[in-house]
Amino acid sequence: MASITLKDIVKKYGDGFPAVKGVSIDIADGEFVILVGPSGCGKSTLLRMIVGLEDITSGDLLIDGERVNEKAPRDRDLAMVFQNYALYPHLTVAENIAFPLRLNKGRLTDAEIREKVERAADLLDLREHLDRKPANLSGGQRQRVAMGRAIVRDAKAFLFDEPLSNLDAKLRGQMRTEIARLQRRLATTTVYVTHDQTEAMTLGDRVAVLRKGELQQIASPRALYEQPVNLFVAGFIGSPPMNFLPGEVKGSSMELPFGTFELPDRLVEAVGGRELVIVGLRPEHFEDARLVDPSKKERGRTFDAQIDVTEWLGAELYAYVPFEMHASVAEKLEELDRELDGEGLRTQFVVALNSASRVRDGDTTELWFDPEKMMIFDPETGENLTHDQDEVDRLDKENEEDRRASLERAHAQAQQSA
Amino acid sequence: MMGSVLSTRARVWWAVITVVVLVGALFPVVSILMTSFKGPSDLNSGTFLPPQWSTTNYEQILSSGGSAQELFLSALRNSVGISLIATVIAVVLATLAAYAIARLNFPGKRLILTTALGVSIFPVVSIVTPLFNLWRNIGLYDTWLGLIIPYLSLTLPISIWTLAAFFRQIPWELEQAAQVDGATPWQAFRKVIVPLAAPGVFTTALIAFFIAWNDFVYGISLTSTSAARPVPAALAFFTGASYFEEPTGAISAAAIVVTIPVVILVVLFQRQIVSGLTQGAVKG
Repeated sequence: MASITLKDIVKKYGDGFPAVKGVSIDIADGEFVILVGPSGCGKSTLLRMIVGLEDITSGDLLIDGERVNEKAPRDRDLAMVFQNYALYPHLTVAENIAFPLRLNKGRLTDAEIREKVERAADLLDLREHLDRKPANLSGGQRQRVAMGRAIVRDAKAFLFDEPLSNLDAKLRGQMRTEIARLQRRLATTTVYVTHDQTEAMTLGDRVAVLRKGELQQIASPRALYEQPVNLFVAGFIGSPPMNFLPGEVKGSSMELPFGTFELPDRLVEAVGGRELVIVGLRPEHFEDARLVDPSKKERGRTFDAQIDVTEWLGAELYAYVPFEMHASVAEKLEELDRELDGEGLRTQFVVALNSASRVRDGDTTELWFDPEKMMIFDPETGENLTHDQDEVDRLDKENEEDRRASLERAHAQAQQSA
Repeated sequence: MMGSVLSTRARVWWAVITVVVLVGALFPVVSILMTSFKGPSDLNSGTFLPPQWSTTNYEQILSSGGSAQELFLSALRNSVGISLIATVIAVVLATLAAYAIARLNFPGKRLILTTALGVSIFPVVSIVTPLFNLWRNIGLYDTWLGLIIPYLSLTLPISIWTLAAFFRQIPWELEQAAQVDGATPWQAFRKVIVPLAAPGVFTTALIAFFIAWNDFVYGISLTSTSAARPVPAALAFFTGASYFEEPTGAISAAAIVVTIPVVILVVLFQRQIVSGLTQGAVKG
């Protein structure tokens, strides 16, 4: 177990292309940190630099306070799970897991190796597959063998490179909880790369959002969701994604595509005299006006919307509302959409309504929203003008307390069962 | 599997084509086999099957006291020894070279590959005369080494090419995984790459062996005695029991005997050659 520190890490490829542009992250002992971002943001490169498969152009990489930039992968004592598992096809499951142990000839006896392999296999429910070859295993089983190979030798940290992207949706959900359970139990420092924001939010103690090789924000999942620093983070975190709407400000009133509303004082201050801003509203901050609690309804505003398409999912109902994009922010938002691997098909916003709502395709209905929940972004820089650092610190502190508590619980449980 | 896809008509056509190809490929071999069992007087009988089955030809080349035994057995020893040594050297060198070509980026990589190709397409006949003079001057003429070196020039290029193609198929990530697991580059190569490349190495070794085994031009030009003369060259020196008898029978028998090791090798390594060991290495 170890802490990992990245100081101004830069990666430039031979052709001068900068894949990572000065990233600094402090990863505490036992922490689960996610590196997330759309394709090409440099997250995998960063991970491969930590493990030593990729040279670091400049900056310092410290493991337990010791600089390891020039160390070969085998001397860094880290374990990695590859995207396509990279199991050795000529070895059985047991030998695959034992592979790291066998490399240090003489240090462990055969009996010790067998015991460690069996312990790892029990942890991952692989006991009855130990004599099979990887080619005869299912995707999820291969995935578990790859994890077994990582946990068998008590490495200083685990590194995961998109480990679930080759599994189907159901298995992905199962393996996600499996990884979370394992990490809690072993309390090993973990760095996990993914492009999937759901994995990032559910697994991470802290999530680092990367964009084009630059770190945008690193915070607890909740702080990222509620207090994103900019348009990019706001658009990346959350599913369905946050709606971005052009907002024209006149004094203390704001004109949105679906109506003009009075702004609360806090937001007027955030707008700071700008005439045009980008307004961010999460889908769940809307509601069918007929289903809003009267006491709550007072706080919000209502407007009429022409519903284009609805998707009823049982737990909730998504409704899509087309709107006219203001020309001066259209380009900025299209660029954002491209960066987030979107297709930029049409300008619409999505609202997540109570599943009891009777709203259907083509209806005109009254929707409700709370202006307090609005985030205001600068249309030029994309900066979140409503970002509240104190709130971020509070959320992160809470998150850190929760993490420590659950670690202690895991320790106590481990001692009890031992 | 195929049967359900192909129509009856197509199946008939495939059967016909298969039979034609088999007959074309195997008729000469069977013909030689039959000739090898004919007695000296039946050689010109004009029949396919020997009128009288006899093993005189085999006795002649194999049993002690046979007229061609001395010539044949020493040639067989030379052929086996020289071909095996040339194959081993070629495969070891080609494995290392191909690994470097497949995995590393170094200046002159393409040059090595094109040079290897160039060497292999250079006509043997145009090299053999200067080589004959050179070998006589430096004392390699009529020695095993004098044949092994030119055989390497034949086997190395094709070995490097086939092995490089094979190494490229082995996922890079397996090696990286081994490195992260704590392996030195040599351990990663020996414990991960070599076992996975084994089918490719077997195939390459087999091809290299056959090239050396089948060579005639170098064998007849660079040797003069039984010290190094291989079988294909030695066949030309067979003589009949008398001046008026042709050695056709003995040559046929010898040809059958030298075909046997090739058949055994193919049968033996067939499974390694065919087995797709890399299956399941990656997601699949």
